[in-house]
Amino acid sequence: MAASEAAHGEHHASAGVDNRLLLMWIFLASECLFFGSLISTYLIFKGESLVRPLPEDVFDIPLTSLSTFVLLFSSFTMVLAVYGAQHARPRMMKLALLATIIAGLIFLGFQVYEFKTFGEEGLNLSTNQFGASFFVLTGFHGTHVGVGLLYLGSMLIGSMRRNGLGRDTATHVEIAGLYWHFVDIVWIVIFTVVYLIP
Amino acid sequence: MATAAGTLPAVQEESTLWTWLTTVDHKKIGAMYGVSGFAFFLIGGLEALLIRTQLAVPNGTVIDADRFNQLFTMHALTMIFLAIMPLGASFFNYFLPLMIGARDVAFPRLNALSFWVFLAGALLLSSSFIFGGAPDGGWFAYAPLSAEEFLPGSGLDFYVVGLLILGTSSLMASLNFAVTVINMRAPGMSMMRLPVFIWMMLVVNFLLILSLPVITVALIQLLFDRNFTTNFFTPSEGGDPILWQHLFWVFAHPEVYVLILPSMGIVSEVLPVFARKPLFGYSAIVFAGVAIAVLGFAVWSHHMFTTGLDTVPQVVFSASTMAIAVPTGIKIFNWLGTLYGGSIHFNTAMYFAVAFIALFTIGGLSGVMHASPPVDSQQQDTYFIVAHIHYVLFGGAIAGIFAGIYYWFPKMTGRFLDETLGKLNFWLLFIGMNITFFPMHFLGLSGMPRRIYTYDSDLGWDTWNMVATVGSYILGIGIIVFLINFFWTMRKEPTASNNPWGAATLEWATTSPPPEHDFDVIPEVRDRDPLWYDRDHGIEQPEPQPGVHIHLPPPSYFPLLMGLGVLLLGVGVLSHLALTALGAVIIVYSVWGWALEPTD
Repeated sequence: MAASEAAHGEHHASAGVDNRLLLMWIFLASECLFFGSLISTYLIFKGESLVRPLPEDVFDIPLTSLSTFVLLFSSFTMVLAVYGAQHARPRMMKLALLATIIAGLIFLGFQVYEFKTFGEEGLNLSTNQFGASFFVLTGFHGTHVGVGLLYLGSMLIGSMRRNGLGRDTATHVEIAGLYWHFVDIVWIVIFTVVYLIP
Repeated sequence: MATAAGTLPAVQEESTLWTWLTTVDHKKIGAMYGVSGFAFFLIGGLEALLIRTQLAVPNGTVIDADRFNQLFTMHALTMIFLAIMPLGASFFNYFLPLMIGARDVAFPRLNALSFWVFLAGALLLSSSFIFGGAPDGGWFAYAPLSAEEFLPGSGLDFYVVGLLILGTSSLMASLNFAVTVINMRAPGMSMMRLPVFIWMMLVVNFLLILSLPVITVALIQLLFDRNFTTNFFTPSEGGDPILWQHLFWVFAHPEVYVLILPSMGIVSEVLPVFARKPLFGYSAIVFAGVAIAVLGFAVWSHHMFTTGLDTVPQVVFSASTMAIAVPTGIKIFNWLGTLYGGSIHFNTAMYFAVAFIALFTIGGLSGVMHASPPVDSQQQDTYFIVAHIHYVLFGGAIAGIFAGIYYWFPKMTGRFLDETLGKLNFWLLFIGMNITFFPMHFLGLSGMPRRIYTYDSDLGWDTWNMVATVGSYILGIGIIVFLINFFWTMRKEPTASNNPWGAATLEWATTSPPPEHDFDVIPEVRDRDPLWYDRDHGIEQPEPQPGVHIHLPPPSYFPLLMGLGVLLLGVGVLSHLALTALGAVIIVYSVWGWALEPTD
């Protein structure tokens, strides 16, 4: 919703998609390359660590599966929020946004716990290539979740004003939803590539 | 503004500092990009002159090795990121809405933000000269030389933070422009009726959107290596310096097309107008531009032939690099086909456009030479490569930009740059450029390495180095002639009519300079060359309806404020974290203010 102005006037959308929505789609294409590069770095350094701990020493798959489930669940509540916004059900939208934010916070909590535990087990940025590439990759994913929480939090607060999010509520929430789903999908890739594939 | 009488509220265009700081008008933003880009072009040129002065004679003593390293690094960074890219962005800002028949870009405030963030990054990067020394590891900053251990000063940190900020600016601008081209076209302006300049810039925008995130990751890893104890690029700890090279060139090879494609677009606009016939092979030129971009993502390792790649990747990257010559050749033959049989009108813009074809071809041919790995291992890191890049970037990109300046100056200012001074300007640059850069082919083939700050006199390099230095001074004089021409012209009365060159594209359908709202009535497009079609079919543009209100986005100070926040964020990373926190607070505040600001 940040860049929410189009030069008004007689203009129509030549491609039939709202400018703001199109901007987010193209931005996400750029983000694919961002995470693609980080994941590539992780894969290039796989098996290149000179010292332990290695992934099998620190990963707790059941625990991370749980946090992954929480994040996936937040995609479901996000869909409900978009549905509520598109069908003029502001109460549903607000509750679903709140649920999404809570799920996101729980996921971040899991990540903080995981980082802390790994640190106690001797894995830091400087320990080995696994530590460096793992923390930078998942750290930047966590940052994206954090930015998403600020984004959704702003929407929630904005929607509590007298005029709510204005006449383009559905578009605003849909765009935020695009971002949120993308961050979730990236996590599915990270969880598969980093945690599940030995 | 006489033509708009009765259609607009009586807004008198004022030009105070505050209107420029808060403007969201794409023309004003384009002008600011142009002026700052040209200022940095002068700075980059002075850096080059210092380098050439040092190298004029053997065992030069003008500057020391340390300063020399800073100068060749900053010369490249300045010319690429602070001069050619913003000059391209300047034309695109100014002419994108005008050429597609829109009143502004899709996100006017985001456009202003892109400029302010660019300026913040440019000032931060350049200020490194004052604060402890500029980056001195080359613009490519190869690992492990870029490690804290080998370059302990703050120069490389300025490099990392400066490029991250500049990349953010480019990404925002590219997203904005891509949406504008896709979504804001006037009725009838289908994709295959877009002017070639717009097409090439659209390609550039997608190149940036898809390559900037890769350099961002590389820069973040370098930042972490230097400041947060990771070892991504430290071989002794299991790191991989070649990884940096891959990530860097995955960005930096598309980047060279980011630099050249705008000029290819400009030349494709100028040639048909002064040959007085439509562009030959429009769709071939468009698809060749797209093909160059696609192939451009598959050739990066040709910068790395000497790093010990296996045979198969060497062959693949060699073949894909040579394949780029095909779409490039298609363009060149199409430009020649445009000239062939035309009734050519030679003025300064046309001089530069024709020179572009010739000089770019020379640079392109030497490019095909070092696409071959065995040849490249001879030429790698010699002056032959310096000759090649300057033929494509000076003979190519800069010549195209000058063609654009002379061609569009009447539209932007209402005034014609002087033709006599213009031709003097052209010949000085053309001769100077060939005297400077052609001998570098010989120097490179006789083994002179790049980036050495001095050389002995018994190596056979004396003569051509002196010749190159003389050439660089001629270039300097040529630029001074341009500056004289510019300031002298700006004192003249504006006399340009709407379409003084008899051009075909929509920007010439409005007044010179255009009113704030660009068009009184959004034009309807019936052909690839709309103004020629309308002229030949006797179609008049519709008269403005009296009393129609044209909505323009109101000015905003949030882009400037957020740019300041980004600057503080960067300065904080380099100095004290408290400033970073302050910058972050300003950014969050600006985003909120921005979102809540009424735009109707």
